[in-house]
Amino acid sequence: MDPKKTFLSWPVVRQVRSGDFLGRGPAVTSAHTRELTPRTATADKVVQSVCPYCAVGCGQRVFVKDGRVVQIEGDPDSPVSRGRLCPKGSASEQLVNNPGRQRKALYRRPGGTDWESIELSTAVEMVAQRFVESRRRTWQDHDEHGRPLRRTMGIASLGGATLDNEENYLIKKLFTAAGAIQIENQARI
Amino acid sequence: MQDLSNADCIVIQGSNMAECHPVAYQWVTEARLKGARVIHVDPRFTRTSATADKHIPIRAGSDVVLLGALIKYILDNELYFKEYVVAYTNAATIVSEKFQDTEDLDGLFSGYDDEKGSYSQETWAYASNDGADDETPGTIGGPAAGHEHGHTKSERAAGDEHGSGGPALEHAKVLRDETLQDPNSVFQILKKHYARYTPEMVADTCGIGVDDFEYLARSVTENSGRERTTAFVYAVGWTQHTLGAQFIRTAAIVQLLLGNMGRPGGGIMALRGHASIQGSTDIPTLYNILPGYLAMPVAGLHDTWDDYLGAIGNKEQKGFWANADTYAVSLLKAWWGKAATAENDWCFDYLPRLSGAHGTYQTTMAMLDDQVEGYFLLGQNPAVGSAHGRMQRQAMSHLKWLVVRDFNMIESATFWKDGPEIASGELKTEDIGTEVFFLPAAAHTEKSGSFTQTQRMLQWHHQAVEPPGDCQSELQFFYELGRRVRELLADSTDERDRPLLDLTWDYPTDEHGEPDAEAVLAEVNGRHLTGDKAGEPLSSYTEMKADGSTDGGCWIYTGVYADGVNHAAARKPGREQDLTALDWGWAWPANRRILYNRASADPEGNPWSERKRYVWWDAEAGKWTGHDVPDFVPDKAPSYRPEPGTGGPAGLAGDDPFVMQADGKGWLFAPKGMLDGPLPTHYEPQESPVSNPLYAQQSNPARKVFPRKDNLWSPSGDAPGADVYPYVFTTYRLTEHHTAGGMSRWLPYLSELQPEFFCEVSPELAAERGLENGGWATIVSARAAIEARVMVTERMTPLVVRGRTIHQIGLPYHWGVGSNAIVSGDAANDLLGVALDPNVQIQESKAGSCDIVPGRRPAGDELLRLVAEYQSRAGSTVMTSNELRTGHPESTPDTRGG
Repeated sequence: MDPKKTFLSWPVVRQVRSGDFLGRGPAVTSAHTRELTPRTATADKVVQSVCPYCAVGCGQRVFVKDGRVVQIEGDPDSPVSRGRLCPKGSASEQLVNNPGRQRKALYRRPGGTDWESIELSTAVEMVAQRFVESRRRTWQDHDEHGRPLRRTMGIASLGGATLDNEENYLIKKLFTAAGAIQIENQARI
Repeated sequence: MQDLSNADCIVIQGSNMAECHPVAYQWVTEARLKGARVIHVDPRFTRTSATADKHIPIRAGSDVVLLGALIKYILDNELYFKEYVVAYTNAATIVSEKFQDTEDLDGLFSGYDDEKGSYSQETWAYASNDGADDETPGTIGGPAAGHEHGHTKSERAAGDEHGSGGPALEHAKVLRDETLQDPNSVFQILKKHYARYTPEMVADTCGIGVDDFEYLARSVTENSGRERTTAFVYAVGWTQHTLGAQFIRTAAIVQLLLGNMGRPGGGIMALRGHASIQGSTDIPTLYNILPGYLAMPVAGLHDTWDDYLGAIGNKEQKGFWANADTYAVSLLKAWWGKAATAENDWCFDYLPRLSGAHGTYQTTMAMLDDQVEGYFLLGQNPAVGSAHGRMQRQAMSHLKWLVVRDFNMIESATFWKDGPEIASGELKTEDIGTEVFFLPAAAHTEKSGSFTQTQRMLQWHHQAVEPPGDCQSELQFFYELGRRVRELLADSTDERDRPLLDLTWDYPTDEHGEPDAEAVLAEVNGRHLTGDKAGEPLSSYTEMKADGSTDGGCWIYTGVYADGVNHAAARKPGREQDLTALDWGWAWPANRRILYNRASADPEGNPWSERKRYVWWDAEAGKWTGHDVPDFVPDKAPSYRPEPGTGGPAGLAGDDPFVMQADGKGWLFAPKGMLDGPLPTHYEPQESPVSNPLYAQQSNPARKVFPRKDNLWSPSGDAPGADVYPYVFTTYRLTEHHTAGGMSRWLPYLSELQPEFFCEVSPELAAERGLENGGWATIVSARAAIEARVMVTERMTPLVVRGRTIHQIGLPYHWGVGSNAIVSGDAANDLLGVALDPNVQIQESKAGSCDIVPGRRPAGDELLRLVAEYQSRAGSTVMTSNELRTGHPESTPDTRGG
């Protein structure tokens, strides 16, 4: 018998002594558990954020250690959410860190059967070239009545409802200046 | 959101709030703990129903009948809030004698144009006291605009422009009868319009018993008035219909009659599903509007700057839209800076023009016609999330190039390799000529910026870490793309490139090339450009000028960066503030949390009751005050009356609370703005097993249909073949997943919690079709066949409609076919076709017709044969359910399209 174990360490007695009558709290912790420290306690910094899923706008606290997100929790300061997060919001650390997340640019050539790797800056330059070429090829100056159109119907876009306002602003500004009008997002859906 | 806890009754309809917006639901729970009654109206029994006082199952798509009956109940029993209705709504306003109701024309309003399939709205106008009806050219809509036909308005989804206010009515020379007795008064028209929306009609249309209706009607009316308020809550269960905007209008009429608008615990709460879906409407990545709900110019309507100004708002009109010129000039100055001058109409000619509907579905069809070369997908997965997934994937296979910016390899990025059409043999990878760029995106923790949540509140999220690998924010990607495009065109002398080369496109960046999001926010907010304050941020949109001395990218957001402070980042803890919490985030406009809150006080400016005190007139101080930022000119006394003919905000009286409306009134009857009728009227969904019990007109005659071979429909009502697709399906979301799954099906926790696509069916339907709980079922619509695990549950209630049992099937739509996600499955949205609401061009996804049989679906060619065999058995042709006018002796089937 473990010499450290006494009558007082009997489970039932522990439960009564600690007030943990259901045996779900301190009465049932092991030494291992007692030695654990939450990731939130050892974080280098805590950054206030907003849940990226639905439009309730729950407050999040992002815990960062060594330049990496280690945990995301509800922000008790938020008057909207008061510290709560739903299953999606609670899982958002995995949104950021999940191993399946694609971290590299990829390219599929016409008729290609698989992805190829590509340098990001090469990809962005290729997109810029295609943007300019498609715009040129599909440009419409006037309609059949001679009224100005000054647009391209050859470039379209879908997305924005998961993005920041500032991002949507640059997208709308750039596309409109380029004459690309078929810009849409989930708000239409 | 928090304000829901002030409600005495909450009706949740078209939303499963407890599961889809669970954290917001705490405020409903809070209200209930304080004694509020909560009622959930929904085809399915969900956790919202389980925690409500009552669940009322409804047949999908029949909500206007239920709410219309509520209107009738309120009117018949004189339960409306009389002082509020007379003073604050247009109940007393007289409508033109030319107006004819759907009761007169068997389901059509006056002004229907058979050829265009839409309405001319002239006959819906208010009568005018100078002898002429106000459709006299020049008296509505500005000097040059005149009356724009519903057809072009629909094409440009003009309904979206009312995201921040009602349409223009220049004159307010309206006739009013405050006794509400004039037969042409809005009040009497309303009575007549809903006369047949009886509890029995509710039973016969919605499948809701008379007792349940009575419970709802009593709950809502007993909890409204001076002392009490009722709130409505909805989500896409209301919007995704061919008359979705009218569903919400019906609720607005109920709330105006009961005096619940602009008051604490009242209103209509829209629960939106994406972090910044409100923001992406305000600063729109949408085809038809510019930031702040300014119209995109349309060829033929807005060819010149004067045409445009006349159309967006003129100085004689009342309310804040009279200053639309200042908003438009400030926007053009923000975009084209010094190049924008008075001489060149502020570069108005740099804006591209619309010439029809260019929404996402029209664009998809243009792809199929090889008119679109390049496509950007920015955090969106149309192969799974848009209606008619098959059409979406086929369309993308026609592109020359596709850029997918996402966290994960979503189905829209890999359709050329592992999509359902590859499996069925319809497409071959080698034959798909689309060049695909997958560019990984930065997460919210890896960039700074603001989201606008569902109640118009901007909240800043701060960057916590650097994005990994090649991951980039959209801010950086688009800044960089713009920079490179401008470089490629730098030597161009072509006039068409001036808008790009003259664009203000210079933002400070950090050492990683990330633009400073706060600098963009400052541009959105706007600045003084000249005078003593040159360079200083504007503090309110009322400071905007039309002379080029201010800029500002989105007038409704002006103030978010007042005094150079990022108010979206305001973070005073909620527990240190009152419930309104004005020092947390910033809500547009002007940090106002409840719109039209002047209506929370009586015409004299006193709170309607102590219990519902919110904003009131402080006579001593000579200003409005209260718990919120008053939605009124701060020092305009309740007794203020404008001189006749006064335009702009000063044209509204001290007791006209609806300051964004051209007459300052809440509109029970909409003389302008709604394209499919001034009053909501029940029509059946595009495909429905039920005939419209109210009118010979089956479906919304102004809806947008696309008669094409790849977009067939089930016959409806009593038409032959309707029994081939005898069941109603409705799509929905689960707590553990997010729309098309791009942000949830790649996460281990969430995938484990909801691993597999399933369908919910009642025990009765399971018995009828031999479906087994946990087994497989194949669901067939006129577009596609998919398979799902079966969940037999009493949560689905068979409804009896005119003696016939209607079964509804629930389908969560989060899964898609691909090989990269942790969990995958057939996509429910493949079952959907494309038919749209005419006001906003949103598709009907909440009600469709299908069959369900036990077992897995076949694969390959056999799958296509199964779908074709059903189509043939039903006799579906391209015109099936696509006729806009039905049942009228003089109507001839529309034979366009094919």
